[in-house]
Amino acid sequence: MNPNDWISTPAFIAILAMTAMTYLMRAGGFWLMAHVRITPRVRRMLEALPGSVVVAIVLPGVVKAGLPAYAGLAGVVGIMIATGNQFLGVAIGVGLVALVRYFGL
Amino acid sequence: MRAATLLSEGRFASARVHFWRITSMHSDPNGASAQWTLKGLVRGARDALPIVPPTLVFAMALGTVAAQKGVTIFEIALMSAPVFGGAAQLASMEAWNPPLTASIIVTLAMITAVVNMRLLLMTASFRPWIGHLPWWQTYPTLLLTTDASWLIAEKYRAEGGNDPSVLLGSGLMLWVIWVPATAAGHVLGALIAEPKMYGLDQVMAIFFVAMLVPLWRGMRKAVPWAVAGAVALAVQKILPGYWYMIAGALAGSVAGGFINEPE
Repeated sequence: MNPNDWISTPAFIAILAMTAMTYLMRAGGFWLMAHVRITPRVRRMLEALPGSVVVAIVLPGVVKAGLPAYAGLAGVVGIMIATGNQFLGVAIGVGLVALVRYFGL
Repeated sequence: MRAATLLSEGRFASARVHFWRITSMHSDPNGASAQWTLKGLVRGARDALPIVPPTLVFAMALGTVAAQKGVTIFEIALMSAPVFGGAAQLASMEAWNPPLTASIIVTLAMITAVVNMRLLLMTASFRPWIGHLPWWQTYPTLLLTTDASWLIAEKYRAEGGNDPSVLLGSGLMLWVIWVPATAAGHVLGALIAEPKMYGLDQVMAIFFVAMLVPLWRGMRKAVPWAVAGAVALAVQKILPGYWYMIAGALAGSVAGGFINEPE
């Protein structure tokens, strides 16, 4: 493998930037706690964040992919509710996407 | 003269607040001040064992997506080591489309910040526990905080534990799995020539939704998610690039702050 293929400069900068942001969040809460009060509203905002992030990232791509993606998501939701097994849920979900595509739906 | 008095009064007030904080920091509900031990390190690693299989699946999914995106194995491993956050890394892959221009790099940094903002709350909750320890002991430990190690530490604390090594141990255990498993996922992902045929282009969406299901706390708590989705779809039509992710996530978060008022 050519050492030039290991990493590109923009990728390196992107990883540095992502690292900086992550560390800011990991150290930030701990640091902030000594300096400001986290109000109940801010707490609720932070609590609503993980689910909102997931939906905002996933939904536009799913709408674009259409029926196969809807089938896969229905599958993973069903399995997760029934068994709570993440591995099984992902496997069945991905399988359903492939299946629906195979039949050209 | 008046200004000087005000200043000194202000100083006094802030000193008093500072004193109050220090005393409240030390009044730990679990008794004596926290101490690091090898035993705690082992306990943390052991407590993390049930999270190892899902961590493996997550890391492999991330590696697979990275390979599809043309990210090199070295790049994804180098990212996994310090960022060490599955959701943030997987989300960043959605925007990681070469050539990585300055605006894409800014987007990647912002996605990471928004996805990881929840860590603010988690590490904030550690303050009363380990706030009195020297910074060179606490901050390196904090940099390994994940959802799982936070949960493990909180559970351990709820049971009366006081050893910060448990937090470090669970973080290290998951880190040791995370980095090589991402690389392994990349190797597998690179072997698959037609990822779309096997539905693998939807791995990210499916994986994220699998994470969402256990977060379900009824319709009321899900209103912010609906807001996030609606804003993301709308912004995607208006603005180029990946702003829709950040706009949607922040809109959902703000909605959560105002909608989820306790009854």
